[in-house]
Amino acid sequence: MKRKHKRLTFVAIALLLLGAAAALVLSAFEDSIVFFYSPTELAEKNVVDGRHVRIGGLVKEGSIKKGEGAVTLFEVTDLSNTIAVSFTGLLPDLFREGQGVVAEGKLKDGVFMASDVLAKHDENYMPPEVADALKKSGQWNTGGNPPAKEESAK
Amino acid sequence: MTAEIGHFALILALMIAAVQSVVPLVGAHRDNAEWMAIARPAALTQFGLVAISFGCLTQLYLSSDFSVLNVIQNSHTTKPMIYKIAGVWANHEGSLLLWVLILALFGSAVAAFGANLPPALKARVLSVQAMIAVGFYLFMLLTSNPFERVEVPPINGQDLNPLLQDFGLAIHPPMLYLGYVGFSMAFSFAIAALIEGRVDAAWARWVRPWTLAAWCFLTGGIVLGSWWAYYELGWGGWWFWDPVENASFMPWLAGTALLHSSTVVEKRDTLKGWTILLAIITFSLSLLGTFLVRSGVLTSVHTFASDPARGVFILALLIVVIGGSLALYAWRAPSLVSTGVFQPISREGALLLNNLIMATAAAAVLLGTLYPLMLDAVGGDKVSVGPPFFNSVFIPLMLPMIAAMAIGPMLAWKRADLKPVLARLWAAMIAAVLAMLAVWAWATDGPVMGVIGVGLAAWLFVGTLVELAGRIRLFKVPARESLRRLARTPRASWGMTLGHLGLAITIAGMSGAGAWQTESVQAMKPGETVTVAGYDFTFDGAKDGQGPNYSIVRGTFLVTKNGQPVATLDPEKRVYTVTKRPTTEAAIHSTFWGDLYAVVGDKDKATGAYVTRIYFNPLVAWMWGGVLVMVGAGITSLTDRRHRIGAPAGRRVAGTAPETVKT
Repeated sequence: MKRKHKRLTFVAIALLLLGAAAALVLSAFEDSIVFFYSPTELAEKNVVDGRHVRIGGLVKEGSIKKGEGAVTLFEVTDLSNTIAVSFTGLLPDLFREGQGVVAEGKLKDGVFMASDVLAKHDENYMPPEVADALKKSGQWNTGGNPPAKEESAK
Repeated sequence: MTAEIGHFALILALMIAAVQSVVPLVGAHRDNAEWMAIARPAALTQFGLVAISFGCLTQLYLSSDFSVLNVIQNSHTTKPMIYKIAGVWANHEGSLLLWVLILALFGSAVAAFGANLPPALKARVLSVQAMIAVGFYLFMLLTSNPFERVEVPPINGQDLNPLLQDFGLAIHPPMLYLGYVGFSMAFSFAIAALIEGRVDAAWARWVRPWTLAAWCFLTGGIVLGSWWAYYELGWGGWWFWDPVENASFMPWLAGTALLHSSTVVEKRDTLKGWTILLAIITFSLSLLGTFLVRSGVLTSVHTFASDPARGVFILALLIVVIGGSLALYAWRAPSLVSTGVFQPISREGALLLNNLIMATAAAAVLLGTLYPLMLDAVGGDKVSVGPPFFNSVFIPLMLPMIAAMAIGPMLAWKRADLKPVLARLWAAMIAAVLAMLAVWAWATDGPVMGVIGVGLAAWLFVGTLVELAGRIRLFKVPARESLRRLARTPRASWGMTLGHLGLAITIAGMSGAGAWQTESVQAMKPGETVTVAGYDFTFDGAKDGQGPNYSIVRGTFLVTKNGQPVATLDPEKRVYTVTKRPTTEAAIHSTFWGDLYAVVGDKDKATGAYVTRIYFNPLVAWMWGGVLVMVGAGITSLTDRRHRIGAPAGRRVAGTAPETVKT
């Protein structure tokens, strides 16, 4: 092969790889990007059952209940709207009423079936998504909470 | 007083670095030996000053000096000694100080031991190092001063985040930083070479030990972080594609590519421009990693309080370093002429394929990591990109690379024939098929990726052994001759063989742990038993206890298999006295075939039951073991004779590179 042809071969291989990677990225983006909703947005946007999403807000005071076995039921609120959440497993160490929380999972008949629950390792910390959700619902009153220390449970 | 000495030493270090970044560079340009000679004492003094500064901060932590803000926020008198020391770098300001300490250490190592470097190259390298250092000193002094005092000192400190009070995590940041900063040497050499307009085998040989050492440290640092997540977070997983993990993984991917392409520059005098670009990219990703983690853009265990001024400074620094070096590259790279030519099917071609795939994978990880940030910055939807994305992009990219990894080392330099090589790999093919059949027979309903992963691991493992057997002409010549060849194999070749074997073991471990993890979550009362993966876990209740600065609830599980006792597991739940923060300590019993893993949760006051979480994680020990083999391989390669005797100045000497004559 001539030098020019050889270079062309390498360029072709590189383009092929990049093309394959781009195709993989695009198809993965389609299926696996997870959108975040506040309880209000969840109510407004008619998120279909079974779609994988993240929700966030405050754990409503007095809403944590033990279900059967390792199931925990609680409610997440942005102080305008509230959504019931069901989670099976060990909750993060800092999961508590009145704390900011992010949960990942699916809606099923009006209940959010969480597969992951994230809470933050800092008393004053508010997940940025939750802070924004509270600001949107006009309930935000404290500012400048530093982001820190995330912890999650599956 | 200690704080002021530390602060002042840091300011002096900035001044020296400023001089060091300009004078030797100008000296090298004008061919002025005196100006160039300033680099050596400057680099050594700079290191001395940063060491004083770091020593001062350590002393402040050891003496629990609560007039210093940094100590207040991260320490407490009851904290055990080792975490008082680790507390120095377990925060934003201190970790930056550790960063510049390592940077200055490496710079002074070049100054002290780089006697065989051409003076102009040495001067330029040290200048570039000092430029990076100036950026960091300014960042620290202007936005993140670790020596800031408070007017009214409190009686005691606020203690370190309990999650970070752990031995694995105490040594994780220094390891990671030795890796990140080690790549700054490759970067400085690359920039110096661009300024000189010359890259040759000698250059590659000087860069290689730094890249190798950095790679070893980075690999070790990443696996320590992963190991910590495995036993401390109690989720039974070891890799979460968390942005913070990705931040350290991207430089690893680029650095691994750099390691391979620098071999080509050394042996074949080609791929020069590409290697220089990789050196720039690797260090840029290291910088990005440091700042992504430390700046507060990402929320995780690592992210300390954020401050907009820091964010702006960081962005500016990244733009100057990455933009500046890429601009220099665009301007000067065309002057780098490669002499070696090669066919697509050749050792060079295989290494280039490795490089292309690694670079593509790093780009994909970068995209997935930054996409949510970019979308948020332009006011779009809030999204998160998690493991499903990375798994479905990263794994398909890696499959062809691992398949090619067994073939590549057997190809000849310059031009090779694929058919005889594939014919020699019949044993690897049989091993792969057997492994896949065995795994499939053992778990017919498991995920197909697990079967493929184990098959590829077997293919790579046996393929690497076949290459070694071919190199020593096993069974082709008398056994004594083979042994003699084995003994004479250069350490660098051992590095390749061991590194690839280690990766094969790691892949087998990751496939096993990823595909066949068994999990069981339930509420258990004392005396109850659950069965996970054939093991019976009997919960024997929980007791209260007391640690040095925390209280403990310790659960006990008796594990039996077919009535025979296997292990006793004591997972803990700790509550740290000062911060009132709870942490989880998983109990793990490792066996050859898998880990028994138990976590105990809160007690339900009504029923007296504890929520427990029990896992069987197959082959996890293989994963850690395989990575250890890889790090060992890097160290073996680092001790190769040609690194010790130093590089011949500017000229290849026949015989010091035995691999080139092998076909």
